[in-house]
Amino acid sequence: MNALIVAGVLLVLLGVSYQTGWSKSRNLATANGVKVHSRPQYHGSYSAIWTMIPALVILLLWAWFGGGIARDYAVSQIPQDTLLALDQAGLNNALNRINALASGYGVAGDVAPWEQAAGSAVRSFNFLTFAGMLVLAVVAGGAGLVYARSRITARLRARNTVERVISLLLLACSGVAILTTVGIVASLVTEAFRFFTFINPIDFFFGTVWAPNNAGGANHGQYGLLPLLTGTLMITAIAMLVAVPVGLMAAIYLSQYAPRGFRAVVKPFIEILAGIPTIVFGFFALVTVGPFLRDFGNAIGLNINATSALTAGIVMGIMIIPFVSSLSDDILNQVPRSLRDGAYGLGATQSETIRNVLLPAALPGIVGAFLLAVSRAVGETMIVVLAAGNSPILRGNPFEPVSTITVSIVNQLTGDTDFTGPQSLVGFALGLTLFVVTLCLNIFALYIVRRFREQYE
Amino acid sequence: MDMLAGKIKTTSQNLDSAMNPTDMLDRQIRLTARDVTVHYGTKQALHGISIDIPDRAVTAFIGPSGCGKSTFLRCINRMNDTIEGAKVGGTIKLDGEDIYSPDLDVVELRARIGMVFQKPNPFPKSIYDNVAYGPRIHGLARNKSDLDEIVVSSLRKAGLFEEVKDRLQEPGTGLSGGQQQRLCIARAIAVGPEVILMDEPCSALDPIATAVIEELIDELRENYTIVIVTHSMQQAARVSQRTAFFHLGHLIEQGPTEDIFTNPVNKQTQDYIMGRIG
Repeated sequence: MNALIVAGVLLVLLGVSYQTGWSKSRNLATANGVKVHSRPQYHGSYSAIWTMIPALVILLLWAWFGGGIARDYAVSQIPQDTLLALDQAGLNNALNRINALASGYGVAGDVAPWEQAAGSAVRSFNFLTFAGMLVLAVVAGGAGLVYARSRITARLRARNTVERVISLLLLACSGVAILTTVGIVASLVTEAFRFFTFINPIDFFFGTVWAPNNAGGANHGQYGLLPLLTGTLMITAIAMLVAVPVGLMAAIYLSQYAPRGFRAVVKPFIEILAGIPTIVFGFFALVTVGPFLRDFGNAIGLNINATSALTAGIVMGIMIIPFVSSLSDDILNQVPRSLRDGAYGLGATQSETIRNVLLPAALPGIVGAFLLAVSRAVGETMIVVLAAGNSPILRGNPFEPVSTITVSIVNQLTGDTDFTGPQSLVGFALGLTLFVVTLCLNIFALYIVRRFREQYE
Repeated sequence: MDMLAGKIKTTSQNLDSAMNPTDMLDRQIRLTARDVTVHYGTKQALHGISIDIPDRAVTAFIGPSGCGKSTFLRCINRMNDTIEGAKVGGTIKLDGEDIYSPDLDVVELRARIGMVFQKPNPFPKSIYDNVAYGPRIHGLARNKSDLDEIVVSSLRKAGLFEEVKDRLQEPGTGLSGGQQQRLCIARAIAVGPEVILMDEPCSALDPIATAVIEELIDELRENYTIVIVTHSMQQAARVSQRTAFFHLGHLIEQGPTEDIFTNPVNKQTQDYIMGRIG
């Protein structure tokens, strides 16, 4: 309700301020016959900016600090002796009850008289502060509007100001992405460091045994990364062995050989494959592919486990086919037609043209597509949880169950976690490792792409 | 339609009688086209084109944009096959052999009829590999030194060798526009074609590079049958011996270049040459 009121008030402010600037600008233009620097829309936007920024600043300040003030007020409404008898959890509980009473939701159990009194006090406090804040925001906005209107003259460079504000807005949006990345990395790094206060980094990075003691206690268990890393890399390698040839050849067929009608039908189908949730691929691995591989292995005398690196890798490969094929298809289509014509004009056959001209020209993009697919495979979780067997033991046989970094993070962080011991903090160290691996792959991809660009353009 | 066919007949009769003995009589006809039509989907792009193209001479196709001159050029080496929905009718014969016959191998045809495109389109390979590409796929060289010889002589014929001899292994895309276009000509020559088709080969080049290419075309005329599409009438006048004027998918007039430019029979040709159409 309150959010709706705020949004409504802001919209009204926006409309009024834009209209004010716009009409003043129109009057300037018609009254004096002078040349106005900016178009009326810019004057409208200019006064809207001057109105909205002060109003929004006040609303933001309230959003940040209002909660704390309201809490302090609610605490002050609890009788002194009751307050002294409450511990931290009891205080939180009491505040929750007061707030529930204030907002009219009602609470479980009997309501003490002081709770009732505090509830109604908080209710009126909340109403007053909300109304006050809103009035303040409107007044600030109005002041901004008056100021902006007084500044609007024929010579005011409103267009430049508006453009500048818009570019700042765009900068702020790109800043969100950067800040998020920095924040996530920082939290990963600090928590990983906390983990390393329990476990020696050497034991983590080079340990060959993964046996966390999840029961807690003085013995933390062993946290060797290598079994997980080899599992991850093995599954990724198998997935790429499936996805790269199939995906690339599908892309070549679709972009070069397929009739237009066939392509129009098949391409969306492949893209639907990319839209299937990975957990569904996980069922598919567990129910169909795993047993099939086991029976197939029996038939030819190989001992293949139903849940193994091979099962997870093949299904993951199928999952990332659309990434490889769709991206490669786009990239092949971007190779200029003139290059293809040049090869045909020399009497090259279609396959010669593709092998000798199109693929080399598209190589940087195709390598980029592959590495994107690898990043995807390294970070994939659900298929591996279901189909890889969850067996964190160091071994090189793809027919045996393995575990991966992502699966171990899931195992360590599900259930009750308090982030005080290495049992759960290891999740951050594993996450950091995964992040570094993917980052290295991306850097490598960029390097490859640049190198070939220089050679070819 | 009848009127048009009659017009073509009269103009070609005119040509036959107007042929200068020293200029045309000793030249045999390499390419003959009769009633060639092209449809792109339901749209007809060419209407009954009939023309004879002589050996060891430059034939220029001129006309305003969209008149079908490039479309007709692309019929001659069947490049229109690569465009979806394009349908070619009529007959085109190279040395009496129908190039649209089902028995004909289009790969072999394109080796005999080379093509140079509007925009220089070197492959993303080294200069050497660009020129060696055609000989390689057609197996023209028995060994490395054979191939080297083909590459060097093709670059020489294209007048590029002296400029690039020290950097044959550098990417062909690093050359200037005019050099790239000569590289593309060398690439076409390397396959040993009999006919070279050029689709506005100078339209992306500056005047100096254009002059170099035009000189080159003039030299190549001694060994090849050349067909050039150009939107520059001056260029047609400078490099060609025969000119054909296309308009709206029809072949309006053809004949010795000199006659077309000094004494056009058709009113539309006259208008185009005077700069009133196009």
